[in-house]
Amino acid sequence: MLAAVAAIVLGAGVYWTTRGERGVAAPKARILAPDFTLPQPGGPPLTLSAYQGKVVLLDFWATWCYPCREEIPHFVEFQQKYGERGLQVMGVSMDDSPEPVPAFYQQYHMNYPVVMGNAKIGEAYGGLLGLPITFLLDREGRITAKHIGATDAAVFEREIQRALNAAGSRK
Amino acid sequence: MKIGKMQINLILGAMVCFSVAQALGQATAIPAAQQISPEQLINLLQGPNTRKPLLLHVGSHVLYAQAHIPGSEYIGPGSTEAGLQQLRKRVDSLPRTKFIVLYCGCCPWGHCPNVKPANDSLRAMGFTKVKVLYIADNFGTNWVDKGYPTAKGE
Repeated sequence: MLAAVAAIVLGAGVYWTTRGERGVAAPKARILAPDFTLPQPGGPPLTLSAYQGKVVLLDFWATWCYPCREEIPHFVEFQQKYGERGLQVMGVSMDDSPEPVPAFYQQYHMNYPVVMGNAKIGEAYGGLLGLPITFLLDREGRITAKHIGATDAAVFEREIQRALNAAGSRK
Repeated sequence: MKIGKMQINLILGAMVCFSVAQALGQATAIPAAQQISPEQLINLLQGPNTRKPLLLHVGSHVLYAQAHIPGSEYIGPGSTEAGLQQLRKRVDSLPRTKFIVLYCGCCPWGHCPNVKPANDSLRAMGFTKVKVLYIADNFGTNWVDKGYPTAKGE
């Protein structure tokens, strides 16, 4: 029931727009991103809410997904460029098993944590029925934007800068 | 009739795109005659006197578990040898005239790595009535959001 409500709210809420931008939620429409604790391939589990205080770019992806592969080098660049200002990129692999993830991680020189997703977390985020799907969370852990499919890196960068510069934000 | 440089470039460009699509195993190389649209499939499934196709999902299990077409069977990703083996095993005993619909919906049609290898595999086995569900963007957008019936689970 909770998952269904979350799905409806996520589906509707994050599509509010501000300044006419698709996928960007108006401040009052922002809802808390569903928290999770998920395992890293070969590492300890990570909890999303541990990153509160940072702007989080949450990327649902998979190793077999070609559009995801196009986006990941940009996310690596963003982590490098904006990490010190408070950005944390986090990947959620929707691969069926963790097996292919470590090699991919090395190949793409990924510099941010990746955890293994599942159908349950997909439903909590409104249904991840196609990849990539990327969320941007503000420093309070609220969803400010949702992008389905490969999205222009310039769009992400603009949103990241805006979230990092948001009034009252903590470092 | 003279063919200008521009036309030659366009033809070469199209040939390169086609070759790249084929090399990547992309769905764009699947002929239109081997595709079926979501609307056509729904009409088939909900129609009264039609022979229902065998629906096989050849994509990611995590996506299938969230939502799939009711009655469809999960096989495995067509982009992997294990998935193709499972597919061949599932259909091996069926008559080659069996109507089969393959689908995935993981990614936009041009990027799906799963449906073309699965389609090729069935055709190589001699199946003649195989269609691939044309999903333009992803299963969420082109099926679930349209209100078509879905099921969850394993």
